[in-house]
Amino acid sequence: MDDINPAIGAFVQEAQEILEGLEDLLLDLEDRSDPEQIDAVFRTLHTVKGSGAMFGFGTLARFTHHFEDAFDRVREGRLSIDGRLIDLSLRARDHMIALLNCGGDGPQATALEEAPEAIALLAALFEITGSETSKTTGGNEDTETTAPVQQPGTARRWLIRFVPEVNALRNGMRPDLLIEELGGLGPVDVSADITALPSMDELEPTRGYLGWTIKLETDQPKSAIEAVFIFADDAELAITEEMIAPPAKADPSEVEPSSSNVREKSGESVRVPAAKLDEIMDQLGELVIAQARLCQMASADAELESVVEEIERLVTGLRDATLSIRMLPIEVVFGKFRRVVRDLSTELGKVVTLITEGGETEIDKTVIDRLSEPLVHMIRNSMDHGIESGGARTAAGKPSRGTVRLSARQEGGEVLITIKDDGAGLDAEAIRLKAIERGLLSPEAQPTESELFQLIFAPGFSTAKQVSSVSGRGVGMDAVRSTVDALRGSIEVASRRGTGTRVTLRLPVTLAIIDGLLVRLGNAVFVIPLAAVEECVELDAAERQRESGRTMLCIREHLVPFLDLDEVFGWPPSVESRRRVVIVKFDGQRLGLVVDDILGQNQTVIKTFSQYHRDVPGFAGATILGDGSVALIIDVATLARRALAERIERKPAA
Amino acid sequence: MAKTVLIIDDSKAIRDMVAFTLQPHGYQIVTAADGAEGLSKLRADQPALIITDLNMPVMNGIEFIRNARQDAAGAGIPIVMLTTETKPELKAEGKSAGATGWINKPFDAEMLLTVAKKLAG
Repeated sequence: MDDINPAIGAFVQEAQEILEGLEDLLLDLEDRSDPEQIDAVFRTLHTVKGSGAMFGFGTLARFTHHFEDAFDRVREGRLSIDGRLIDLSLRARDHMIALLNCGGDGPQATALEEAPEAIALLAALFEITGSETSKTTGGNEDTETTAPVQQPGTARRWLIRFVPEVNALRNGMRPDLLIEELGGLGPVDVSADITALPSMDELEPTRGYLGWTIKLETDQPKSAIEAVFIFADDAELAITEEMIAPPAKADPSEVEPSSSNVREKSGESVRVPAAKLDEIMDQLGELVIAQARLCQMASADAELESVVEEIERLVTGLRDATLSIRMLPIEVVFGKFRRVVRDLSTELGKVVTLITEGGETEIDKTVIDRLSEPLVHMIRNSMDHGIESGGARTAAGKPSRGTVRLSARQEGGEVLITIKDDGAGLDAEAIRLKAIERGLLSPEAQPTESELFQLIFAPGFSTAKQVSSVSGRGVGMDAVRSTVDALRGSIEVASRRGTGTRVTLRLPVTLAIIDGLLVRLGNAVFVIPLAAVEECVELDAAERQRESGRTMLCIREHLVPFLDLDEVFGWPPSVESRRRVVIVKFDGQRLGLVVDDILGQNQTVIKTFSQYHRDVPGFAGATILGDGSVALIIDVATLARRALAERIERKPAA
Repeated sequence: MAKTVLIIDDSKAIRDMVAFTLQPHGYQIVTAADGAEGLSKLRADQPALIITDLNMPVMNGIEFIRNARQDAAGAGIPIVMLTTETKPELKAEGKSAGATGWINKPFDAEMLLTVAKKLAG
């Protein structure tokens, strides 16, 4: 069986997908339990069982067999679907995933199979199926084509009469091969019966008219002869023993192995490792850069310029096509939350409905992969801290069933993901007190409501009155923020007491390309992600005030804190007279970044830093400009947060 | 000359397994993910044996067999059904559609090879 090893990976992957689908099927059963749906569950289990046994996942197959039994009963109407069965089924499905993840039979799988929880699961399945089967049954069903058993004995003579069914030839039966196969059992003597053969003009070439009488001498049992005719079950067949004869050996006929040649053609979709896509994107980035240089050089030559324009058009098309390969509908992540919400509802004793919208919105696979965890965390938060208990809701005049709405939509180059609950809303005063207690806020500070709400993302912050098993496990909303930062996104919180909370994540559609604002500082060029930029103003026009160590700009009668980038980078102060301020948005605040000049907009392919530079804070990566020079991409959120924190630290000393 | 075996199954794992089992024995493998693709491969590659799953999207195995038998390219080519179902009715339905034989899932390499030799030579 070693020769099937390469297929095991494919099996695990497929089984994983099937089991993910099974979860949805089971959850759907709660709402609609029509025969089709039940049959779909049954078929899924049947497939996993059958393949599992084949690919060396006997433990999985055995367990699935019992699970399948339960749905066989449901299918036959002997067992009805209720919450208990679905609970049990979901747990059984999780157990199947665990068995699958063992990578096949072995000590790990056996340990899982014999774990108390697994035994309890089996016992629960037996209880509902009324089965008393021991755990060793199942999996391998009787197979009808078993290879002949080698059982040496004295040779016997057999008389075989074989007349195939008239359509047998058309249906692919090959009497010649069957007779040849008989020859493998021992010496044969064959005579054809041509009595049914019609005259030439009546003969239909695809019909079978012949019968055979075969004399065979073999030491194999009768079952071995019957096995030869296994597919000829509709033929006229008689196998009778003649009389004892001396043993004789025959050479088994074998197929000559010839050189094998694989031609594996893929189906409608192709699985490609993400790294290969990254490589294409990287190459494409180089192409864009080379094309920009060509563009600069060609400006003097009209003929060349038209070719360059054509190349530019092609490169853009190629880039968009490549980017689209990386896109996945966000449904992939949303789908998981039905289960999360259901389990949490049970755990917290709250009745909550999850509504998802915009699942078809497409977003970069890298973003999708990393989004799942923060979203789970925020949904947990909404359900644990946001949504009140049924009694409290009724008292507040709300429906006792809470709602969490998860929606996604695209807006320009960004995807907006919103988690909205109709719970109690955030208590700004409680947050303020807590933040002071945790030393995150000075008691004199007068933060705005949105600034207060941002504090829930600060490390170590938790407003929950009691720590439940669901949230308050130490990984707070700060983990959510750091993930979102890493994805170059931002979080906004809006909340109204008693009405609910809405958290909005803004994420770039793709991480591979960035729309940037090119700015100059001294001789160096930097890129500020355009998504973060609100506006640009001239520093001369802005009223610059330095008050009590706080650096503020007054822009249209609003005070905006600002950072001098040369100061942030520790460079000597700029001597240029006319400088500019780029107003960026982060954590729901506005912040000015002072630069020497603004050079323009640019769409660039992000090059990630090498391992050694990856930890440099304040920068998201680098890009190569049309003239071949390198520009660093500013990560506004981390740069600003760090600079502002330093400024606050330095303040008492100043 | 290498004999070509056409494998029709929506599961890549099964296709791979059949391929890895038969290739070392000199069979050339062609695959299809559903019955419709199977029909076009049947015409293009003239296989000596077809192994088909029954439960597939687009065109299921029984439909495939029925279509294959009505096609000039499909007359006389052995077609083996791969079934997880053990119900005799399904086998009978396959047979009447024109299947040559069947293999029950789960199957092992030896069984597969036996059937391939029996039907394709």
